[in-house]
Amino acid sequence: MRGQGIWLRGISGLGMAFLYLPIIVLVVFSLNASRLSAAWQGFSWHWYGVLWQDEALLAAAANSLWIAALSTSLAVLLGLPAAMGLERLKGHGRQVVDMIFLLPLVLPEVMMGVALLLFFVVIHWPLSLATVVVGHAAFNLPIVVVMVRARLQKLDPRLEEAASDLGASAWQTFYRVTWPLVRPAVLGAALLAFTISLDDFIVTFFVAGPGATTLPLKVYSMIKSGLSPEINALSSVLVLSSMGLVGLSLIFQRR
Amino acid sequence: MNHSPPSIASSPSGRSCSKSSGLLLPGLLWTTVFCLLPIAVVLAVSLATRGTYGGVLWEFSLDNYRDLLHPLYGRIFGQSLLLAGAATGLCLVLGFPLAYYIARLPPRRQALWLVLIMIPFWTNFLVRTYAWMFILRTEGLLNTVLIQLHLISAPLDLLYSNQAVLLGLVYGYLPFMVLPLYAAIERIDPALIEAAWDLYADRWSLFRRVLIPLTKPGIVAGCVLVFIPSLGAYLTPDLLGGARSMMVGNLIQHEYLVARDWPLGSALSIVLMLIVMSSLLWYFAAQPPQARERGEP
Amino acid sequence: MADLSIDMRALVKCHGATLAVDHVSLQITRGEFFSLLGPSGAGKTSLLRMLAGFETPDAGDILIDGRSMAGVPPNRRPVNLVFQSYALFPHMTVAENVAFGLEMQRLPRGEIAKRVGATLDLVQLQDKRDRVPDRLSGGEQQRVALARALVNRPAVVLLDEPLAALDQQLRQQMQAELKTIQAQVGLTFVCVTHHQEEALALSDRLAVMQQGRVMQVGRPEDLYEHPENLFVARFVGVSNEVSGTLVDVQAGEGTLLPSDVSVSRGIRVSVPAGLQSGAQAVMTVRPERVRIAPGHVADAGLNCLHGVVETMQYIGSEWQGAVRIGPSVRWTIRASNAASGSRPVAIGAPVSLQWNASDGVVLPVI
Repeated sequence: MRGQGIWLRGISGLGMAFLYLPIIVLVVFSLNASRLSAAWQGFSWHWYGVLWQDEALLAAAANSLWIAALSTSLAVLLGLPAAMGLERLKGHGRQVVDMIFLLPLVLPEVMMGVALLLFFVVIHWPLSLATVVVGHAAFNLPIVVVMVRARLQKLDPRLEEAASDLGASAWQTFYRVTWPLVRPAVLGAALLAFTISLDDFIVTFFVAGPGATTLPLKVYSMIKSGLSPEINALSSVLVLSSMGLVGLSLIFQRR
Repeated sequence: MNHSPPSIASSPSGRSCSKSSGLLLPGLLWTTVFCLLPIAVVLAVSLATRGTYGGVLWEFSLDNYRDLLHPLYGRIFGQSLLLAGAATGLCLVLGFPLAYYIARLPPRRQALWLVLIMIPFWTNFLVRTYAWMFILRTEGLLNTVLIQLHLISAPLDLLYSNQAVLLGLVYGYLPFMVLPLYAAIERIDPALIEAAWDLYADRWSLFRRVLIPLTKPGIVAGCVLVFIPSLGAYLTPDLLGGARSMMVGNLIQHEYLVARDWPLGSALSIVLMLIVMSSLLWYFAAQPPQARERGEP
Repeated sequence: MADLSIDMRALVKCHGATLAVDHVSLQITRGEFFSLLGPSGAGKTSLLRMLAGFETPDAGDILIDGRSMAGVPPNRRPVNLVFQSYALFPHMTVAENVAFGLEMQRLPRGEIAKRVGATLDLVQLQDKRDRVPDRLSGGEQQRVALARALVNRPAVVLLDEPLAALDQQLRQQMQAELKTIQAQVGLTFVCVTHHQEEALALSDRLAVMQQGRVMQVGRPEDLYEHPENLFVARFVGVSNEVSGTLVDVQAGEGTLLPSDVSVSRGIRVSVPAGLQSGAQAVMTVRPERVRIAPGHVADAGLNCLHGVVETMQYIGSEWQGAVRIGPSVRWTIRASNAASGSRPVAIGAPVSLQWNASDGVVLPVI
């Protein structure tokens, strides 16, 4: 038993190290003074300063934030009622609708990007910031639906019955009973959707119009034009901000 | 279940039905327009013909699918399946002990480890892939360290290879394997493991005769969750792979944005989607019947 | 003892800061049905898990058939456990569950089939052999769990609260069945339970445990009739008590002057060795040895206490009630229903409680 413990702990430790070492390396070397090599040449905030002065980069960051905020709002506005509707739906209809909502989650991202690109071209909707928002809302919607439903399923259906038995209207029941109970799940889902939108590369890559460059697109083009310590700094910013958002989301869900 | 006469049941159930469809409609419409419809367009284009200058001619033809039989495409599909399969296998081998270890920790530490597993999963994928470029490239961290330690005299060619792609896929999707496996292992009554042990099972028998059958739904879920994104991977082969490490995702992107052969790219997408859907069927078949029937009234 | 199946020598087990098992030494004879009885937290489950090999003693040793179990993992021990939750493998049929242990020991196929068949006959589950455990009733699952242990013919069968998950009626039926099967197979059974009636009914001998220590070991009738301390008297059966000071102790006889009830003269008792005149002591008597008589009467030959009936309940086979005999003392009494269904004494009525001096047991104060 003891032998198995050590063996298991070893593999698990290695697995964790495998997951985290690259990220740690990235952050550490974003503070390296050297321009060229991967050898450590002293501590410096220099590359973060360089980022801060890059106008195009700041514009991309602004784009990313706008897209994430708008697509997340859309996903929540459409997803919360949809999740509640799905919970009330019975029979085979529910399974079919379930499948439709889950489709964007299981579709390969490349396929999603290509399909949206083709669709926008066919309906003559010029690629722009708006097409990116629409695309992101399409894959964020199922995230909200799944997470809110998980919460709704845990709720006692008699709570709503009790509310209406006590004379609450449908809207009052939602506002006074259901909403306070699902709010943590909605906030958690919104934060995750926001994070995923911020991080998305592939769908954005296919449907972004001119002027709709996001941070990941910017990082990608920087990587493609050669590695530089600036990318390390930018990557560290992205990593740390997604970790912060995930942390927030977990805190909301725990409550 | 309480079966009330239809005459009584009809009016309230009818009302709740219309209410639920009112709530559902906007979201359903959105998903239909921006997911189902686009897929339908891809299907339609995959059955059309390529125009001379790259556009789409709406003439029905199966030529695009016939073209996919070309050995070049076959090789890329084969390579994608191989890499995705290998990544799935490696994730399973690494993920099972990890998930088992977490599931046997005390509850508070379980929660901590799970969060640690989930954080990379929500961290920018592009950036995480880039981290491996930084480590593996010729002037990268690993080569630098190895040379300074005098373990090698000349840098190794680590990046731009199938191995690097495999590494990137395993790295990227390991959390997808660990989480469902954890959920499945955590559900096992610890007494069952003790029972096997009490009944003279050694470690291997315990694993093969008890753990694997009991966690099969989780294993299948994990495999499907790793296999699907691995098969459709774009960034990993694009950034870590060499000239010969192209996968289906890159091929699709190439046909669309470089070769501008939309019908062929669409046919490729449809085939990719079909493979994904069939692996999903396997997933549903492996889930326990109660979970499948839960949606029934 | 000659034919020892289990020999526990000064076992100690700590769980964190608490001493779960505190220097327990027990000898269990081959073929015996032995129970470990005690409230939850008494350390009986820890003891069982140490026998099975799931926990390692911090000190002491366990010998099974004369062989030390130190460092022997569960899968190498000649013991099999019937789990409280049964722990039947849900992905295997009844027959596959029962065959599992034999397969792990790599017995020949024919031998496995023969033994599985015989054991399923023994527990009368031959017709359910291809069912999965989820499709069985609680009692059937219990029997599969038992068969799965018996089929290996282990030196010791361990049972962890074997009947706890069953409802009252099934529990009594299974109790009888368990006893019969044990007699048939002749294996040593060690059973953990907190249910005292079950322990008395099943066991050849039992150990009563509390806070990691063995309070008394003996045959059921020894424990019930001659408890060695108040804990055993109270835990095994119902204990009606008066406490006071011993006087006139002579040749094993004496008088108890109660301090918590008022009584005209002292209570005559037999006094165990070691208790002297002037010692504080408690006398305990079982309800079925107490006679209830209406009115405040006296009887020369018997001990007698006066009291008032507080409750009286009809439970079919008998009447059960409580009589207050002092400000803080209430006795449980039973009245047979052999004669008629009428209430023997009314609530609030004065009664006399009478018993033979030899039925009372005097114990030192805890």
